[in-house]
Amino acid sequence: MIAHAIFFYIFSFIAIISAVMVTVSKNTVHSVFFLILDFISISCLFIMIGAEFLGMIMLIVYVGAVAVLFLFVVMMLNVAHQKNTFFKSTHGSRHIPIGLLVSLIIFFELVIVVGGWKYKPDLINSISLEISEVSNTHSIGYVLYTDYIHLFQLSGMILLVAMIGAIILTYRKREGLKRQSYFSQISREKGDGVDLVDVEKNKGVKIDV
Amino acid sequence: MQDYFIILASEIYKILFLLIPVLVTVAMIVWLDRRVWAFVQKRRGPNVVGPFGLLQSLADALKYIFKEVIIPASSNKVIFILAPIVTMTLALIAWAVIPFSDEFVLADINVGILYIFAVSSLGVYGIIMGGWASNSKYPFLGSIRSAAQMVSYEVSIGVIIINVLLCVGSLNLSDIVLAQEKIWFVIPLFPMFVIFFISALAETNRPPFDLPEAEAELVAGYQTEYSGMMYAMFWLGEYANILLMCALGSILFLGGWLSPINMYPFDIVPSPLWLILKILFLFILFALVKAIVPRYRYDQLMKLGWKIFLPFSLIWVVLTAGYLMYFDLLPTV
Repeated sequence: MIAHAIFFYIFSFIAIISAVMVTVSKNTVHSVFFLILDFISISCLFIMIGAEFLGMIMLIVYVGAVAVLFLFVVMMLNVAHQKNTFFKSTHGSRHIPIGLLVSLIIFFELVIVVGGWKYKPDLINSISLEISEVSNTHSIGYVLYTDYIHLFQLSGMILLVAMIGAIILTYRKREGLKRQSYFSQISREKGDGVDLVDVEKNKGVKIDV
Repeated sequence: MQDYFIILASEIYKILFLLIPVLVTVAMIVWLDRRVWAFVQKRRGPNVVGPFGLLQSLADALKYIFKEVIIPASSNKVIFILAPIVTMTLALIAWAVIPFSDEFVLADINVGILYIFAVSSLGVYGIIMGGWASNSKYPFLGSIRSAAQMVSYEVSIGVIIINVLLCVGSLNLSDIVLAQEKIWFVIPLFPMFVIFFISALAETNRPPFDLPEAEAELVAGYQTEYSGMMYAMFWLGEYANILLMCALGSILFLGGWLSPINMYPFDIVPSPLWLILKILFLFILFALVKAIVPRYRYDQLMKLGWKIFLPFSLIWVVLTAGYLMYFDLLPTV
């Protein structure tokens, strides 16, 4: 049990420190790397509470795909050179009120959840899954496509709409774009490219296309 | 307290017993790669150091160790040094869950296949970090290319893994192997095996998909600024990843440690040897592909991943699920 506690505190310490470093590090690319470290330590915490499926999915989806794209965008926009001057500026930042609002909302959510867990524990117990010898991958599988099928489909639909929206917003038809057409390449025959002509001696031949 | 140390010591012994053979195999496999490559092109390949040139990789490694490690002045030093370490570590930790026989596996975890998938999807970070921290144009272009390439092909590998999992009903690698006792999945899922093989080539940045290090355009891609032991670590990590993909292919499709026919001359061969033979078979295919196929153009690479492999493997998921459902063959969990 002691080993469990030691690992829990190591991972949560890394998670908190890296979450702080995301906001205070001067280089934007470093921020993204700290974000990745944060994701990894949170997925370690997931695995430690026995939710190994969620932990692995967190690694695959957030670290393996989302954070790569984050990094991709941050590197491409070259904002790395644009130093984070938040702590240097003398006249405060305009982002502070929005940040305060978001953190207030998160704080109230936490208060509601923790208060509910403290004073009405039966509320939380009613939705918890039966923990038995069934692994948590199986228990998610049992309810995801049966009890929660509508919510699952709805979230999939939201993702699809977001994806189509992003494509429509950024799509522009470009003129003069050369595209490779495999079919026209493959269906090209000898007669299309080669023309055999009889050349008279000392006269040459005029080839016009 | 004594018990903790005994457990710790035995675990460390097991880890070393796995990792040292993997590292030696990686060195040997580089030699094999070059020999196969030379054989296809009617050259001799490395044949001077040791018998058949077997010690060539060790000689190369020794050379790398004694070379100076140059860190460019304008680079981001911490990340520059971290990048090869990340590549190497990620390539080695994935071996923890590979089952070599029904009892010889370091960590027999419930979500083994997800673990391998997660670790191989983290592999892109070594490349991105190396390319960005070098603060130079060619490495940066190489790392951007590889980020897009590896994320794209991971998607199709994930869908292919879903195909196999539909037939198994478990995420555990030992269960996946044991589910193939009747028939190896390469026979019913043959198209998926082909797509998996090609996606694995792209995932490990092997030719014909070696655009991140295309020497004709990008010098050496993300490795351009690296030298000495740091370069050697990239190189070891890359080959360890290739071996890992071969191991994954043989576990998912070629029946892992199982012998092809459960009969007398075959079942006296120890089961880890079967897995090793299958890994070698897949690796020789990797090496042959390197020798005979020219490099893809970047847009062709993306088109292949997103417009051909992804829809095809998705359709195959529907077909597999429908088939299993109709004939009532779904695995019981």
